[in-house]
Amino acid sequence: MKSLGKYLLFISSLFKNRESFKTYVKLTLDECMLVGINSIVLVGLVSLFIGAVSTLQTAYNLVNPLIPDSVVGLVVRDLTILELAPTITAIIFAGKVGSSIAGNLGTMRITEQIDALEVMGINSSSYLVLPKIVGTLIMYPLLVILAGVLAIFGGFLAAKFGGVVSTADYFMGLKMDFNQFTVSFALIKSVVFGFLVSSISSYMGFFTRGGALEVGQASTRAVTVSCIAILFSDFILAQLLLVR
Amino acid sequence: MIEVKNLVKSFDDKVVLDDISVKFEKGKTNLIIGASGSGKSVMLKNIVGLFKPDSGDILYDGRDFINAHRDLKTDIRREIGMLFQGGALFDSMTVEQNVKFPLDILTKMPEEEKLDRVNFCLKRVKLENTNKRMPSEISGGMQKRVGIARAIVNSSQYLFCDEPNSGLDPITSIKIDRLLAEITEEYQITTVIVTHDMNSVMEIGEYIMFLSNSHKLWEGNSDDIMHSGVQELDEFVFANKMMRKFRDQ
Repeated sequence: MKSLGKYLLFISSLFKNRESFKTYVKLTLDECMLVGINSIVLVGLVSLFIGAVSTLQTAYNLVNPLIPDSVVGLVVRDLTILELAPTITAIIFAGKVGSSIAGNLGTMRITEQIDALEVMGINSSSYLVLPKIVGTLIMYPLLVILAGVLAIFGGFLAAKFGGVVSTADYFMGLKMDFNQFTVSFALIKSVVFGFLVSSISSYMGFFTRGGALEVGQASTRAVTVSCIAILFSDFILAQLLLVR
Repeated sequence: MIEVKNLVKSFDDKVVLDDISVKFEKGKTNLIIGASGSGKSVMLKNIVGLFKPDSGDILYDGRDFINAHRDLKTDIRREIGMLFQGGALFDSMTVEQNVKFPLDILTKMPEEEKLDRVNFCLKRVKLENTNKRMPSEISGGMQKRVGIARAIVNSSQYLFCDEPNSGLDPITSIKIDRLLAEITEEYQITTVIVTHDMNSVMEIGEYIMFLSNSHKLWEGNSDDIMHSGVQELDEFVFANKMMRKFRDQ
């Protein structure tokens, strides 16, 4: 509870004694590059393969001749939009970006770079962390959209070249009983997960004490706590928004 | 001038600074000396606001820093330059960007004027032609000098240095010490240096305060320090063979 209180105070400190808007625009654009653009390859590759494997495994499990092949497309679509694109990408994102944020801020802390900002009269948490959170809130939903598109495309490639289901059936399944709210739900999840990963990792890095060993520990803790927070909030959001 | 009155700071039950009062005058190099763990760095961090004292007052030219409103506190902090033990340069920025950083954030100076000021400060610390190099590409001594340039670029009124000579060879250390003394006199700023380097003490100690076991045990200058009559200070000053030889002569 003490850590939760400290985390909430940390989040509120981001909005106090801020620098000029122009300063944040530049920093946020830099973070968008670091957080978003640099994650495209990894997220794209993982999504492509997850989509392909989902298609093969779903087809493998559909042995009942009464179930049409097009169900494979439907399953891959809903699986991707509801869970794989926002949640699995968030876990990957926590590993790549979360550890990087915590490591970066932790190193700045132990090398007194954060103290240097404070001495200059700059709100170091706001200056360093707010652009990371805003950058993530902008870029992570875009990564989720990309992940979703590539996972479904990966499924198509598996259908076409794996020979488990015809592409016509796959496309028919993709269009079958489509509920637009699932996309909104995925985007809501992406904003929540993006905030959790960036803020938790920043918190872990910002309050690092000690030396290189503690920086490593902070990075590990950032990934672990982010993953737990993602899974917990995933359940809460599903309960709140999907269960009638 | 910086005035510290009855400063007390403790961590949990351990009192690190106990009722310390001291005045650091403008245009002088003021040194805080003491053995490792004596509370020197904690005192410096209290003065610049990185730690909050348990009690006591810190006055910057009469302005109460501890109880000041956030805006006044920010104003005072923007008159402070600090050189950290490891330099604390921003890894992702070049030397030029590091030195220009306070101007970018704290002023509305035109870009050209900023660059002129940066070049002036780099020249002042004898680091011309290093603008585009990264901190990792320059030596420890050069990093310290970039740190000094960054500390004075915004025409700071108060300069704080935490162990400016740590990790440097004696020749580079003397150069840094002399540079700090010159800058202090030239710009008439209030400089406070935390050190345990006796070479620095003898070279630039215009006002010296000795901390031991959380207390201020002695104050004076580099001429008086050899004859203080304080046992703890004598043990500190004459800890090395060279100083003992010098005393015996």
